[in-house]
Amino acid sequence: MEKFTNLTGVAAPMPLVNIDTDMIIPKQFLKTVQRTGLGKNLFDEMRYDDQGNEIPDFVLNQPAYRQAQILVTGENFGCGSSREHAPWALADFGIRAIIAPSYADIFYNNCFKNGMLPIVLPQDQVDVLMEDARKGENARIAIDLESQTVTSADGQVFAFRIDPFTKHCLLNGLDDVGLTLEKVSAIDAFENAAAQARPWI
Amino acid sequence: MPKTLYDKIWDAHVVHEDSDGTCLLYIDRHLVHEVTSPQAFEGLRLAGRTVRAPDKTIAVPDHNVPTTPDRENGIENPESRIQVETLDRNAQEFGVNYYPVHDVRQGIVHIVGPEQGWTLPGMTVVCGDSHTATHGAFGALAHGIGTSEVEHVLATQTLIQKKSKNMKVEITGSLPPGVTAKDITLSVIGATGTAGGTGHVIEYCGQAIEELSMEGRMTVCNMAIEGGARAGLIAPDQKTFDYVKGRPHAPKGAQWDAALAWWTTLKSDEGAHWDKVVTLKAEEIAPVVTWGTSPEDVLPITGHVPDPESFSGGKVGAARRALDYMGLQPGTRLTDIEIDTVFIGSCTNGRIEDLRAAAEILKGRKIAVKRAMVVPGSGLVRAQAEEEGLAQIFIDAGFEWRLAGCSMCLAMNPDQLAPGERCAATSNRNFEGRQGRGGRTHLMSPAMAAAAAITGRLTDIRELAPQPA
Repeated sequence: MEKFTNLTGVAAPMPLVNIDTDMIIPKQFLKTVQRTGLGKNLFDEMRYDDQGNEIPDFVLNQPAYRQAQILVTGENFGCGSSREHAPWALADFGIRAIIAPSYADIFYNNCFKNGMLPIVLPQDQVDVLMEDARKGENARIAIDLESQTVTSADGQVFAFRIDPFTKHCLLNGLDDVGLTLEKVSAIDAFENAAAQARPWI
Repeated sequence: MPKTLYDKIWDAHVVHEDSDGTCLLYIDRHLVHEVTSPQAFEGLRLAGRTVRAPDKTIAVPDHNVPTTPDRENGIENPESRIQVETLDRNAQEFGVNYYPVHDVRQGIVHIVGPEQGWTLPGMTVVCGDSHTATHGAFGALAHGIGTSEVEHVLATQTLIQKKSKNMKVEITGSLPPGVTAKDITLSVIGATGTAGGTGHVIEYCGQAIEELSMEGRMTVCNMAIEGGARAGLIAPDQKTFDYVKGRPHAPKGAQWDAALAWWTTLKSDEGAHWDKVVTLKAEEIAPVVTWGTSPEDVLPITGHVPDPESFSGGKVGAARRALDYMGLQPGTRLTDIEIDTVFIGSCTNGRIEDLRAAAEILKGRKIAVKRAMVVPGSGLVRAQAEEEGLAQIFIDAGFEWRLAGCSMCLAMNPDQLAPGERCAATSNRNFEGRQGRGGRTHLMSPAMAAAAAITGRLTDIRELAPQPA
């Protein structure tokens, strides 16, 4: 997994609440058997018209945001389906961090498995960063995972929380499966005990 | 210390706990479908790993499969075909339990699991699908996971988890006539919002929940995810045990007795701690429909399309956008909204009881919409509906009688809405584009969807004239 340490970049503003996974990556793109290549279809129905032409008003079609690495958005981002295609599409486009007041649970977990950092901040702080995001290239946002801070374009520093284990994995790019397999003897022991206690499983 | 049902199931499955509370949780059943698993199996292959517990892994294709009779000739869409064929191959190569497209037991993974007795009380059940919450109806801790986690479970039969909070949703009293499990679950989301359950596992309880059938309970738990919860649970009782007994993979003989002895302890203790409690009175729940593009956009069918300005914060803009997308004006009576299409099916409402409820309304009547389809949740549900004469009622009314699959719930197969087409649907999501680009979805119960099919508009099931004799 790709490490996440720090990031300074342009943030795209998407001030909508409840952006769901069908908006992030519509189902017709879930037919892939690969993890890559979904970036061109990120936010497909908001980004392209029926003929497949770019809709100029959509934020990621604007010149300032084509290289955006951060998304600033509204509460409950990523609600809906469990599709990991949603973080895959964001990552494939180049988005490495998201800033929002809240996320849907499965989406939030899926981000960390892909070296992405979803940051939770209170609405008033998100509002400050949303204003930065609206300024495009002129207001870069800095994120530092080690110190757990986001710094706005004019130097306001906002601290965010993250689970220590998740942070450790992100900073070091650790693969969960490899880590868990180090505990295989505990799994064996549990399985043997469970086979006695609940043999019908 | 008194424990909740969630606490008890959690405690029984902790393999290892780190000092920061991060746990390795054992998974009893892993359900797999074709859309969220190819990259996970590929990951195993690349790392030279195997499936740790193929006997606890159950795979079935459902999202992509066509539901028309010609599907035995193969899947026309090349990408869909590759995905289903990839699952065929992976299931064989890794030796997991498998119900291929042509098997009569094939169907939506969340309908097949309980039907075959894979889902049992007190289990941990996961699947790369958010509607895994369905299995919570059996008192199993069941939730959706992403593809990376699918790979993790395949390789280790565990998940790295932090415990969620406990939330109790109590529905007191009995449901009035015409009000169903779907109205309960939508009304709860309407009351708490789509993020109301975030960070929590919900236990649904109260008289109205106890009075529901297992099918109804599955409908309630299915949409726990739409309320933002990690999972929804209902304590198992005699109805649960009766439903499970005799199913192909349910325990038998002495094992049944041992299982039952444990299952009867699976309920929240008196005095257990709840982080959040929501109580609704069943008698105050009406048949409901959604008007917008979020499952929280719920109103009683007697209501009117709301004015976006009546909301606050970010919801004002969201409601404006929703009304624009849905082609609706504030103040319009919901019962004046005309419907083009009716879809009955999905893991929310594709079980036999759902088909019975719809058929009861449709008997001796004709549809007044452009198209209507019934997609049974599994091949076995379909067979039973044919045996009970329900299929003929649907066909006589003008419905298309389809084969099992997810179908128009998420429209990954050819069953899709056209732009602007307005659908009364028994499924679970009314997101923009969910049932097809530009398609407009109103969520409701099977009986309400059947009523809409007859009148051609959203209809209060309680106002529907009695059937012709």
